[in-house]
Amino acid sequence: MEKRRVVVTGMGVISPVGNDVATFWENLIAGKSGIRPIERFDVSQYPTRIAAQVLDFNPTDYMSRKDSRRMDRFVQFACAAARIALEDSGLAVHPGNAPQIGVWVGSGIGGLETMENQHEVLMARGCSGVSPFLVPMMITNMASGQISIMTGARGPNGCTVTACATGTNCIGEAFRFIQRGEAIAMIAGGTEASITPLGMSGFCAMKAMSTRNDDPSRASRPFDLERDGFVMGEGSGVIVLEELQHALERGARVYAEIIGYSTTADAYHVVQPDPEGAGAARALAMVLDDAGVLPQEVDYINAHGTGTEINDAMETLAIKKVWGINAHQVAISSTKGVTGHMLGAAGAVEFIAAVLACQYDIIPPTINYRTPDPACDLDYVPNQARRRKVRIAVSDSLGFGGHNAALVVRKYEHN
Amino acid sequence: MSVFDSVKEVIVEILDVPPEDIKHESKLVEDLEADSLDIVEMVMQLEDKFGLQIPESAFDDLKTVKDVVEYLEKRLQEK
Repeated sequence: MEKRRVVVTGMGVISPVGNDVATFWENLIAGKSGIRPIERFDVSQYPTRIAAQVLDFNPTDYMSRKDSRRMDRFVQFACAAARIALEDSGLAVHPGNAPQIGVWVGSGIGGLETMENQHEVLMARGCSGVSPFLVPMMITNMASGQISIMTGARGPNGCTVTACATGTNCIGEAFRFIQRGEAIAMIAGGTEASITPLGMSGFCAMKAMSTRNDDPSRASRPFDLERDGFVMGEGSGVIVLEELQHALERGARVYAEIIGYSTTADAYHVVQPDPEGAGAARALAMVLDDAGVLPQEVDYINAHGTGTEINDAMETLAIKKVWGINAHQVAISSTKGVTGHMLGAAGAVEFIAAVLACQYDIIPPTINYRTPDPACDLDYVPNQARRRKVRIAVSDSLGFGGHNAALVVRKYEHN
Repeated sequence: MSVFDSVKEVIVEILDVPPEDIKHESKLVEDLEADSLDIVEMVMQLEDKFGLQIPESAFDDLKTVKDVVEYLEKRLQEK
């Protein structure tokens, strides 16, 4: 069976560095960090007191007050990003096409804030005080559920939950639905809102986060020798994927074509990546194979690059395994110095960054890069954005549980 | 504050309808678009506001704002 071609026709972000794609991109290429002290709740006792928070987000700009009150923050982010992406695409959902338009927007964690608030109610007032909206607000699939209700999209609906690889897996699975002919368009991406007391405590306990509280904008240092962990981010990235002919027939603007997807498991450890990077390397090799491109054809890799000691060294090793002698030629960057680690949303906003790199022929930099690490010796596009023709870009994500996923995007070529 | 005004306050908060749209004869489901979860939440808030225990079944027969107000007034008298 011939696979259908799939293109990106709409994009939306709610991020720590902007709630629209243009502002997000400007800040990415300017290398302007969105990391700041946490003020939303008292963090004085927390070893990590900084995060990349979404500021100036008013849910009622995107939905009614009543609807917004029934949604956890992670769902509000997703609905807002989906609305922006759908408007951007110009795709109208109507009864005729609705059964063929689906939604695949996941979250790594789900409605943690709602769970915490309602647990407090349970402890203070007992069972009868708990809100009937606890469950529909908290469950992780509700971003996709609410987006379908908001847009009327009645096609394939669900989400893939793979921790920090969620956004990448969701876009990949959505791509497959269209390739297989089960949908003509998919609203896909990831969302996260876990900068909460419990969320921060959990990640603090793992000692996975940077403790550079006095220097927030320089705290996230992917691939640098002095990196000391990731910085938690939040937000959502959602795109509209569309079957090529359908997009062309309605005169849609095509941002880029998605041409490859892969997903593998480390089968190694719950949170530590396999230090040999075997699972990640397999995902990278498989995604190039799926896309039908050679390593030397790839112009840019938007790396997972969390800024943890193990991740960045392992990811570098994985890239070397697949790219071999070409590893030093490919431009690699991690945008997490700017956005923090948006967990389940990370893969989606980073895929959007890869699409924009193809569109503008600009590679966003890895910021805060000062001290080279012998274990990370590739070209990480340090500190300054780089103008370079980007025809093919790869975006990869690696999640707790040992999930590895990758996508390939290509500048759209009409042929 | 009258019972009606208190009920109105709860409805405004939960259903996000303008206060002027809430009349004695307004039907909770048909006119004010309350769903089953909204009603559960309304009952919880009214219980808090009036210091009452309202059995789940009570709302089955309460269709309009007036029904709710009359029910609450009756329960408050019994208190």
